[in-house]
Amino acid sequence: MNAAFNIKKRKNTRKQFNRRKRTLVVTVIAVIFLLSIVVGRFLLDEGRVATNLTIRNAPPSIEHLFGTDWLGRDMFTRTMMGLSLSMGVGLIGAIGSASIALMLGMAAATMGKMADRIISWLIDLFLSVPHLVTLILIAFTLGGGFKGIVIGIALTHWPSLARVIRAEVMQIRSAEFVRVSQKMGKSRWFIAAGHILPHLIPQVLVGFLLLFPHAILHEAAVTFLGLGLSPHEPAIGIILSESMKYLSSGMWWLAFFPGLCLLIVVRTFDTIGENLRMLIDPTSAHD
Amino acid sequence: MNKRVNRHIGLFLLLKSVRMATLLVAICFISFLLIKNSPIDPIQAYIGADMLKVGPEQREKIAEHWGLDQPIIVQFVSWGSALLTGDLGTSMIYRRPVAEIIHERFLHSFVLMITAWVLSGIIGFAMGVISAMKKDTWVDKFIKWYCYTLASTPTFWLGLLMLIVFAVWLGWFPVGLGVPAGVLAENVTIADRIHHLILPAMTLSVIGVANVALHTRQKLLDVLASEYVLFARARGEHGFGLFWRHGLRNVAMPAITLQFAAFSELFGGAVLAEQVFSYPGLGQATVEAGLRGDVPLLLGLVICSALFVFVGNVIADLIYYVLDPRIRERRMI
Repeated sequence: MNAAFNIKKRKNTRKQFNRRKRTLVVTVIAVIFLLSIVVGRFLLDEGRVATNLTIRNAPPSIEHLFGTDWLGRDMFTRTMMGLSLSMGVGLIGAIGSASIALMLGMAAATMGKMADRIISWLIDLFLSVPHLVTLILIAFTLGGGFKGIVIGIALTHWPSLARVIRAEVMQIRSAEFVRVSQKMGKSRWFIAAGHILPHLIPQVLVGFLLLFPHAILHEAAVTFLGLGLSPHEPAIGIILSESMKYLSSGMWWLAFFPGLCLLIVVRTFDTIGENLRMLIDPTSAHD
Repeated sequence: MNKRVNRHIGLFLLLKSVRMATLLVAICFISFLLIKNSPIDPIQAYIGADMLKVGPEQREKIAEHWGLDQPIIVQFVSWGSALLTGDLGTSMIYRRPVAEIIHERFLHSFVLMITAWVLSGIIGFAMGVISAMKKDTWVDKFIKWYCYTLASTPTFWLGLLMLIVFAVWLGWFPVGLGVPAGVLAENVTIADRIHHLILPAMTLSVIGVANVALHTRQKLLDVLASEYVLFARARGEHGFGLFWRHGLRNVAMPAITLQFAAFSELFGGAVLAEQVFSYPGLGQATVEAGLRGDVPLLLGLVICSALFVFVGNVIADLIYYVLDPRIRERRMI
């Protein structure tokens, strides 16, 4: 009797914790994790990345979680600094990309056939050269560095989101309340800003979050190739490309941990984005 | 296939190639403009270290000889017409015609990419099918988790890990390069080349799996939820037989198209993998050209990569068009 009651109770608690709630909990944990990296960067001791030749090439230990490099710099501190830098670059790039996507997506759907054609042609244009090659080209034109990479990321990542937004606007535009508003003689601008934009915000937010991981990965990739951030910045791409010289001497920790951290951060962003999409999308939110 | 369908395909191809041509011209123009505005001075890049010996008058002469004093449109047209005759200029790093370099590098890259492409396609498809057929079991959960993780893995980091494990620790494979160092070109055997190819190809295929697997899984789930599968199940079909008769045809098509449409990502991945393994392909040449300011080579490579992606997209569309009767009946472009 008691056991049966227990089982019933356990079932109940599981039911209370349905997928929606579990998704929410996971998302909150993920956000806290990411914030802790950004905040933690300022709590780290800058002195740990100073050159200290007495402890160079040390494998991972309690003292140095990720080991030290050939100049005795603590890899854990460098990795954390690199991650927050990557997230900063990714943030600016993704915001730029999302705003381009929002503007072009709305323009394509509201400004008539011609604009639609031009914008879909533009989307095709940007999709027809591999992203990495475009990034290299833009970084080359702007002479590399922070500016080059941010502009490159903003310019390469918008097409897919623009398509999504365009489809969404098309749908909202034919809704009844918009038609009524049109009949009441409201201006196009009023309809776009007052009726359509608020409906787009969740989509744009999720799209932005899903752009983020790509932006970070591409930033790291271009920096790794040597066309991105300058070698003096503690970026993950720089750490990894420097580590290549020391791989054959068996210093695996130089490459392993920074890359793993990057992977975890990117994966976390992806999880948050996917979860939010699931929560927003009414067809999957309720099961 | 009857005449009408043939005509349709002809028209379809024609429209596609017109669209492709406009895009290609635009790409050429934009990349030309971008490079023209780059901080690199073409004369200085060409002359290099001897720059101090060149006076301002000589400079002007060189600029005149190359037409650098003309307006940008004139420069573009003369460059474009040279391009149409197949003359891509001379690479500044290698001091050889760009077309020759691209041709040679493309062969290397092509072998790498095609290997990775086929492998990732087959493995990804199989994983997607298994995952969908075993929905909600631990196999499915594992495959899904694995694919999502792979999708956020940096390609170059995976390459580095492969290098550490297989080349440094186990010593099974060489650390890099497309051929053994210090061996004459005539003495390089096919076995050597394959030996050097395995690690980069493995890296690329491991990364490439995720997309196909997740997509195939989703499609197969849709198919499995359909009424004809329900009916087949009611008749007693199950397991592999059910998939073979009702699933495969419906799922294979989107998977193949997706693989062709993924040429762009394949190229991007190859750039990174080639850099990590110092494999002498197109990707490595792109990085070199970008780092060392080799304008003709960079332009040639941008156009080459765009063509590569175009070919993939056209094949993807064409496959749909030729093989899927439902689409053929309805759709134009």
